[in-house]
Amino acid sequence: MDALVVNQVTKRYTNHVALDDVSLNIPQHTIFGLLGPNGAGKTTLIRIINQIINADHGDIIIFGEKLQEKHIGAIGYLPEERGLYKKLKVGDQLIYLAQLKGLSAKVAAEKSKNWMRKFQITDWWNKKVEDLSKGMAQKVQFISTVMHEPRLIILDEPFSGFDPVNAQLITQEILELKQKGCTIIFSTHRMETVEDLCDDIALINKSKKILEGSKKKIKETYRTNTYTVEHRGMFSPSSERFELISQKNLEDTFFKSVIKMKDGNNPNQLIRDLTEVTEVHSFIEKIPSMSEIFITLVKGEHHE
Amino acid sequence: MNKIWLIMRREFLNRVQKKSFLIATILLPLIFPLLMAILVYAAIEQKKHASKEVVYYVDDSNRFVPDTAKYIFRKFPGPIDDAKKAFQHDQSHGLLFIPNFDLSNPQGITLYTKVNPSPNELGDLEGMLENQVKELKMVKFNISQKVLDSIKTDISIRTINISEEGHEETSNTNVLFGIGMACGIMMYIFIFIYGAQIMQGVIEEKTSKVVEVIVSSVKPFQLMMGKIMGLASVGLLQFLIWIILITTLSSVVLGFFGLEMPQQQMMNEMNRQYPEAQLQNQGMIEVMRLIGQIPFGYLIFNFLFYFLGGYLLYGALFAAVGSAVDSPAEAQQFMFPITIPMLISYFGLFTFILDDPDGTISTWLSIIPFTSPIAMMGRIGFGVPGWQLALSMVSLIGGFIFTTWVAGRIYRVGILMHGTKINYKVMAKWFMMKA
Repeated sequence: MDALVVNQVTKRYTNHVALDDVSLNIPQHTIFGLLGPNGAGKTTLIRIINQIINADHGDIIIFGEKLQEKHIGAIGYLPEERGLYKKLKVGDQLIYLAQLKGLSAKVAAEKSKNWMRKFQITDWWNKKVEDLSKGMAQKVQFISTVMHEPRLIILDEPFSGFDPVNAQLITQEILELKQKGCTIIFSTHRMETVEDLCDDIALINKSKKILEGSKKKIKETYRTNTYTVEHRGMFSPSSERFELISQKNLEDTFFKSVIKMKDGNNPNQLIRDLTEVTEVHSFIEKIPSMSEIFITLVKGEHHE
Repeated sequence: MNKIWLIMRREFLNRVQKKSFLIATILLPLIFPLLMAILVYAAIEQKKHASKEVVYYVDDSNRFVPDTAKYIFRKFPGPIDDAKKAFQHDQSHGLLFIPNFDLSNPQGITLYTKVNPSPNELGDLEGMLENQVKELKMVKFNISQKVLDSIKTDISIRTINISEEGHEETSNTNVLFGIGMACGIMMYIFIFIYGAQIMQGVIEEKTSKVVEVIVSSVKPFQLMMGKIMGLASVGLLQFLIWIILITTLSSVVLGFFGLEMPQQQMMNEMNRQYPEAQLQNQGMIEVMRLIGQIPFGYLIFNFLFYFLGGYLLYGALFAAVGSAVDSPAEAQQFMFPITIPMLISYFGLFTFILDDPDGTISTWLSIIPFTSPIAMMGRIGFGVPGWQLALSMVSLIGGFIFTTWVAGRIYRVGILMHGTKINYKVMAKWFMMKA
C-alpha cells in the first residue's frame, strides 16, 4: 500500500493553473523527493495534501483512505517559510502546536520534553522564541513538526537556514524516523539532498509532473554510456567503439578524458581497447547526477 | 469546536499573562479619576494663585468703575492715541478703551492686547461692562435692586416617567444625557481598541509565517473564530475586574470620608454648617438621588451585550483586513469603510441621539447592527421600548453572523497570500472563490 496517492489533481487560480492533472504514488517507508523549480506548483500540492486548500479536481488517498479532516494528526508539516509565535515560550509553543494536532496537554508536554532532551536544549523551555537564534528556532520548529508522531512527514526545503552541524543532526533524525516507519516527502530544489537521501522522486515543472520513479531507475534511464578515464599518455580522438568528448591535461603526461561508448559495445571491450593505446589509471561510468537530469528536463521543457 | 476552544484559550492566556494587561486593567479605573482630580486641583490652584494682570484703561465716558476681581485696572492719564503708543513698550496685559457711549447702544469699546485674548477673558470683561451698563440703566429707569430680584424667578421642571405598571419615577434628563454620552463614547473606544488588537494579532501571525503551520492543523475559520472569541473573553474579564474594582473602591473611598451615612442626613449636616450652601445642595441631593435610581444592573447588562455584539461584528471585519495585508501601515486604507458607520453613530450620538432619543433617526440607528452598539448606548438610559431593544439585539446577532461569514471567506485566502497587491477587487475575488 502506498502512503499517499495523488490522483489526477488539478488546481486552477484565476490567472493560471497551479497543478495540471498531477498524479503521484508515494510508497510507504521511503523518502520521497518532490522536485521542481520555484513556482512549479510544489507548494500548492503540499498545501492540498495538508488540507490548507482544496483541489478543483482529483483526489488524495492517504494510507488507503480518502483524505479528510481526521488525517490532520497523521501529517507533520514543516513549511518552507518557517514561523513560530515570537512572544510565546518554547515549551508553551510546542505544547500548543501539538494540541492543535490532537494531542492532550499532558502527552504534549511529555513528548516535547523528550525531544528537547534529545536535542539537548532543555534549558530553552522558558525562553521566548524571539530570544532564540535562527538555528535554534529551526530546531524547535522541527520538533513541532514531528512530535505528534505523524506517519507522513512533509518537509519543505528542510535544510535551508541550518548550519552544517545542525543539518547533519536533522539528517540523522530524518533517517531514524524513516527507520521507525515514517514516510517522508522532501520538497526541494537542492539536488545534493535528493542524491543522498531520497529513494524515489517526482519532478514537477510548470504545474505538470514530468518524471516519477525510484532514483535508481531514473538514473538508469538517463545514463548516457559516457565514461571518465584517467590515463597516462594521449590517445587518438576516437575509435570504432567510442568517441572522445573531452580531454584535459592534469599534470605532466596525465590526462582525464570523457568518452562516449558507441551502441552495441560493452565497457569491457572499451577497457581492452583503451589499454592498447594508453596507460589506464581509472575508468568510471559517468552516471548523471540528479541535478543534471533535473536541468536537462527542465531546460528541455523550456525550449519546447 | 475543540480546536476553536484551544485557540481561544491560547489567545486569552497570551493577553492576560502580559504585564501590560495587568497594568492597564488595574490602573485604568484609578488613572481616570486621579487624572481628573489632578486637573481640577491644578485649575483651582492656578486660579487662586494667579497674579492679576495689569490692564490700563482710557475712559472717555467717565462712567467706568473698575472691578478689580480679575484684573488690576490702572487709569491712563491722557488720550487713547498716547495710551496706544505707551502700551507698545509696556509690560501690561492690555489696554481697554471706553469711548463716550450711548447707554442704549454702547459701541466702540475696544481692547488692545499683544496676544489674542482668550474667550474667557473677553467674557469676563464683557460681563463686567454689561453689569455696569445694567446698573446705569436701572438708575435711569428708577428700578431698585429689590424690584429686579423679585422679577427674576428660577423655575426648574421636574420630569416624571410613568411606566406601564403605573410606577412614577423622577427622571433627570441631564443625568441620562451624561450616562448616554459616557456609555456611547466608551463603546466607541472599546470596539476600536479591541478590533485593532484583533487586526494586529492576525498581521503578526501572517508576517511571522506561523499561520501556515496553524492552518495545516485547523481550518482558517476556526483560527479566526478562536482569535476573536479569545480576545472577547479578555474584554469581558477586563470589564468584570473594572466593575468589581470600581464598586469596591468607591465604597472604600466613601467609607473613608465618612460619607456612607444616608445622603439626606449628610446634606442636612452640611446645611447646618454652611447655611449659604443650602440652595446648591438641594440640587446636589436631587442628582445623587437620581444616580442612586439608575438601574446599573440593566445598564451593565446592555453595555456588555452591545460591546460583545459590536466587537464580534467589527472584530471579524478587522480580522479580514488584517488577513489581507502584510503590515499595519497597509491596513490603514481598508480601515476607512469600517470606520464610517462607527463615526456616523459616534457623531449621531452628539447631534441627535442624545437630544432626541426617540426620534426616527435615533431609533433606526439603534436598530441597524452597524450603528446600534453606540446608538443604543446613547438611548438606553432614557428608556427604550422592549420591542425596539429586542429587534436591535436580534439584528446585531444577525449582523455579526453575517460579517463573520464574509470575513471568514476573505480571511481563509488572505492569510496565505504574501506580497500581493491588495485592493477591493482582489478581496471581492477572494470572497467569491469557492472552497
